[in-house]
Amino acid sequence: MSQIETDAPIVSFRNVQKSYDGDALIVKNLNLDIRRGEFLTLLGPSGSGKTTSLMILAGFEEPSSGDIVLEGRSLNRVPPHKRDIGMVFQNYALFPHLTVEENLAFPLKVRKLDSLTIRSKVARALSMIELDKYAHRYPAQLSGGQQQRVALARALVFEPKLVLMDEPLGALDKQLREHMQIEIKHIHKQLGVTVVYVTHDQSEALTMSDRVAVFHDGEIRQIDTPLGLYEHPRSSFVANFIGENNQLNGTLLQRHGETCEIQLPYGERVTARATNIGEVGGAVSVSIRPERVLINGASHDSSNRFNGRIQEFIYLGDHVRIRMEVCGNPDFIVKMPINQLDTHLREDDVVPLGWSVEHARALDPI
Amino acid sequence: MSDMSPAVLLTNTGVPMKAQLRRIERVSQLKSLALILPLLLFLIVTFMLPIAAMLRQSVSNPEVVRVMPATLQALKHWNGKTMPDEATSRALLSDLTRAGGDGYALAAAGKRLNMEIAGYRSLVMKTVRHLPEERAAPSARAALLTVDDRWGDPAYWHAIARNASPTTPFYLLASLDHNVNDQGEVVHSEPDRAIYLDVFARTFGMSLVVTLVCVLLGFPVAYLLATLPTRKSNLLMILVLLPFWTSVLVRVAAWIVLLQSGGLINSALIGLGLTREPLELVFNRTGVYISMVHILLPFMILPIYSVMRGISPSYMRAAISLGSHPILSFWRVYFPQTVAGLAAGGLLVFILSIGYYITPALLGGPKDQMVSYFVAFYTNTTVNWGMATSLGTLLLLATLILYAVYNRLIGANRLQLG
Amino acid sequence: MTFNAPKWLALSCLIPLAAHAATDLTLISFGGSNKDAQVKAYYGPFQKTSGVHLVTGEYNGEMAKIKAMVEAGNIGWDVVEVETPELIRGCDEGLFEKLDWSQIGNKKDFVPAAVSQCGAGIFVWSTALTYNAAKLKGTPTGWKDFWDLKKFPGKRGLRKGAKYTLEFALLADGVKPADVYKVLATKAGVDRAFKKLDQIKPAIQWWDAGAQPAQFLASGDVVMSSAYNGRIALAQKDGNKNLKIVWGGSIYDVDSWAIVKGSPKKAEALKYIAFASKPQYQKIYSENIAYGPTNVKALPLLSKAVQADLPTAAANIKNAMALNVQFWVDNGEELEQRFNAWAAK
Repeated sequence: MSQIETDAPIVSFRNVQKSYDGDALIVKNLNLDIRRGEFLTLLGPSGSGKTTSLMILAGFEEPSSGDIVLEGRSLNRVPPHKRDIGMVFQNYALFPHLTVEENLAFPLKVRKLDSLTIRSKVARALSMIELDKYAHRYPAQLSGGQQQRVALARALVFEPKLVLMDEPLGALDKQLREHMQIEIKHIHKQLGVTVVYVTHDQSEALTMSDRVAVFHDGEIRQIDTPLGLYEHPRSSFVANFIGENNQLNGTLLQRHGETCEIQLPYGERVTARATNIGEVGGAVSVSIRPERVLINGASHDSSNRFNGRIQEFIYLGDHVRIRMEVCGNPDFIVKMPINQLDTHLREDDVVPLGWSVEHARALDPI
Repeated sequence: MSDMSPAVLLTNTGVPMKAQLRRIERVSQLKSLALILPLLLFLIVTFMLPIAAMLRQSVSNPEVVRVMPATLQALKHWNGKTMPDEATSRALLSDLTRAGGDGYALAAAGKRLNMEIAGYRSLVMKTVRHLPEERAAPSARAALLTVDDRWGDPAYWHAIARNASPTTPFYLLASLDHNVNDQGEVVHSEPDRAIYLDVFARTFGMSLVVTLVCVLLGFPVAYLLATLPTRKSNLLMILVLLPFWTSVLVRVAAWIVLLQSGGLINSALIGLGLTREPLELVFNRTGVYISMVHILLPFMILPIYSVMRGISPSYMRAAISLGSHPILSFWRVYFPQTVAGLAAGGLLVFILSIGYYITPALLGGPKDQMVSYFVAFYTNTTVNWGMATSLGTLLLLATLILYAVYNRLIGANRLQLG
Repeated sequence: MTFNAPKWLALSCLIPLAAHAATDLTLISFGGSNKDAQVKAYYGPFQKTSGVHLVTGEYNGEMAKIKAMVEAGNIGWDVVEVETPELIRGCDEGLFEKLDWSQIGNKKDFVPAAVSQCGAGIFVWSTALTYNAAKLKGTPTGWKDFWDLKKFPGKRGLRKGAKYTLEFALLADGVKPADVYKVLATKAGVDRAFKKLDQIKPAIQWWDAGAQPAQFLASGDVVMSSAYNGRIALAQKDGNKNLKIVWGGSIYDVDSWAIVKGSPKKAEALKYIAFASKPQYQKIYSENIAYGPTNVKALPLLSKAVQADLPTAAANIKNAMALNVQFWVDNGEELEQRFNAWAAK
């Protein structure tokens, strides 16, 4: 990964803004470098500007201001069909009147390659997605997963340096989606192509990406590796959007360098890492991942210790989620591997719990 | 039971599962049949029966057989070259005597024979009027010749002989500008009476022009409708549907007012100095085309629109992203997907066009009349139902052939109507 | 009550089931201003004096409807106004009842064309050359001028059909009125008529409906046209003073009352026809529309001014000819077919 980071970016968004009506900005001020060969995911809820940003990159939307630079040259005046960017759509957009083979040959014919080259490239693409036998079928005769693979192959067959994917797995069922996530990841590794992937599904983003850019309200809130996003969220929005999160709201009492002390509404005090806080006396939100909370004896050594009342056990096979009331928060979740569960615990038991300072993060209030 | 094949699956009550399934199937079929039964009866009574009656009427030829059975019997042995013998003449006299009481049958036979030779009708009527004086005459042949010497012409007897069968190809042949001559050969009608082949060709030609113009005008509008935001497209849709809200007659009258030589359009053109003499826009082909396109355009736009609305904009984007120029993308990717709608609209407009009557009748000249005009002419003006129905039959046949060709080329299952 | 299935089916296919109240007499005419005059002259007074309630309607002279009624045995119409060819054909075909003239009046009091087996004449009407004096330099005097495109440039209106058109062509070609049907009865005569029509074919604007010629003339679409005299008189009355009629070479005919065969109200129908044949009512009719009375006793009752516009006035009928209906019954179909073929080319 270090090697990738040293390379110049393949695409740069520079101060890109987009507005449709002149009043509201869909994309506020986007600055983003996409590295050569990386798998970058634009993640965010709907309306956050991620798809618009992708469409600006593809050329189907024009930026209201700002520049997009692809390999050193501005894309602003390059029409979409000359950008040489592969694209995969949510509904696959396979041409229904063409066979699988003809669909794959389409971008090659447009580029006026000779028929022999076309044939060999199409054959290679078909074998990559393992659909050789389906070459002469029409898209409507394929399953959703097969169609998705063809759409993928078609976006790659003309060997673009950059491939954009707009929620390509949104229409598939869960199992197939997870399978395809892996498959796309493998193809990415195998071909070394740069992928910009749009999704609103955070687990999909974590599974596939080298880096994830979290969009909210038209701007990027954090861009990081999946690990960085999950373990080191820099805002409450990211902490809540990526993975499961417990949140305790309070006011900042004091700050000691890397850590700080927060007072909760009922007087309890919490020490946490000072990640994103304001002035002393201001509102702060403390976030703790459910799997980092320890209960009963395991919590003895924790620096933050509280009591919690067990509300509910949710059994999930490999682990148990325990919903508790902690410091006035009735939906405090503790996640515990099944083999560590104390089977004597019952609902309404009051048990001690705690977590270490490094796992609690003081963030902006919500 | 034990020696039955063990492969037969039985229900708990011992009935073979297949029979049980068949029974369930049958019951559900009966239920659906009961639902469509009123419509089915309605269609049979109002649609199938009249069509069957029309097909029958187009070959039906009962008039002469009914009135002149004895004559026809006697004519079987006729040499066909001279006036038939005494026995045949006698048979004709007795046939006419018998028929004299039934004016309707007699007139029908006279009318039928009049189609073979003009004036035959009054010959029959005249002969019947003179019957009382001539019945006693010793020679029936002489009696007939006394009444009218046309009876001496074999052509008049050939006309009777040609109608010996209760069914006839006469009307269908006439509708194709052919007839059977005295020698029993099918020959082309005289040039100054031949008209229907031209009329059929004209009907199809004009319908084709109307369809093509509708495609050229309708396709862009449908595309606009399908791509505009909903609020704007709804407004446009109302404009497209507006013609449906006024009756055809009102619209035709409006076109006459607009297009006539002193009408709005010509006044405007002359006022603007674009022409000095008024253009002839109505009572000719131009007027018919303008009005028919106007009336039929929605039938073209709606099917195309309904197909286009189902085409996701991502197809065009996909094609462009794959490197194809937007115009080429439209042609290679978007257009092929609209073919089903285009074909449906085309078929609809074409089939409606070939049946058009009011518009050409009111806005066209005699050179612009289509088959339906002659169907109406024969039904209302001359009450020649044989010709009316056989023209109708040929039109129906043409429509069916057209549909079959369409089915072959495009496939009816891809037909998508609005 | 027996249920006759085929008949019932035929009914449902061909004509709407007409509710036919027991005391109503259904009377069908051609409508328009002709009907308005009939209402004034006949319908109103008849209802008042006889107490029979009239239900009136309109049609375009389609025999198909009457034929369908008679064939199905469901007679919805009692008295119909018919033109002479349809009257003759319908009478032969048994579509109309034979009339008992002793109940109508003395046959000698009527113009000859008005008396027939199944019909009693309503009025005499004429098809004549008409023109718009405002659009023409000079005054046309007959069909020869109609054909003279140099002297009278402009479009001509003619009825779309062989009837009248062929007669007018022969008159224009110099055939005497008395010889027209003799010439037309030969193939050479028909050829001659069509050849004559060829001369002005591009200048002809064909009309279908009786109201069209007056409208064409008034709007200037045509400068001359054949037209029904009553329509032109009506247009004159409405202020189109420039529309003129040339009576020389006009062709006259009668429209007749007929009773549909099998009418359940035959007695009342006959009573109505007798009523409408009386001179005092025909006088009212001719005062309202410029058609001549069929009862010759009505003519002296009319003023000179009214008479001047009637086809039956002595000055007007002098150079006119009667339509030979028998000729058209025999040859109509063939000539219309040839006309259609000619017109379409």
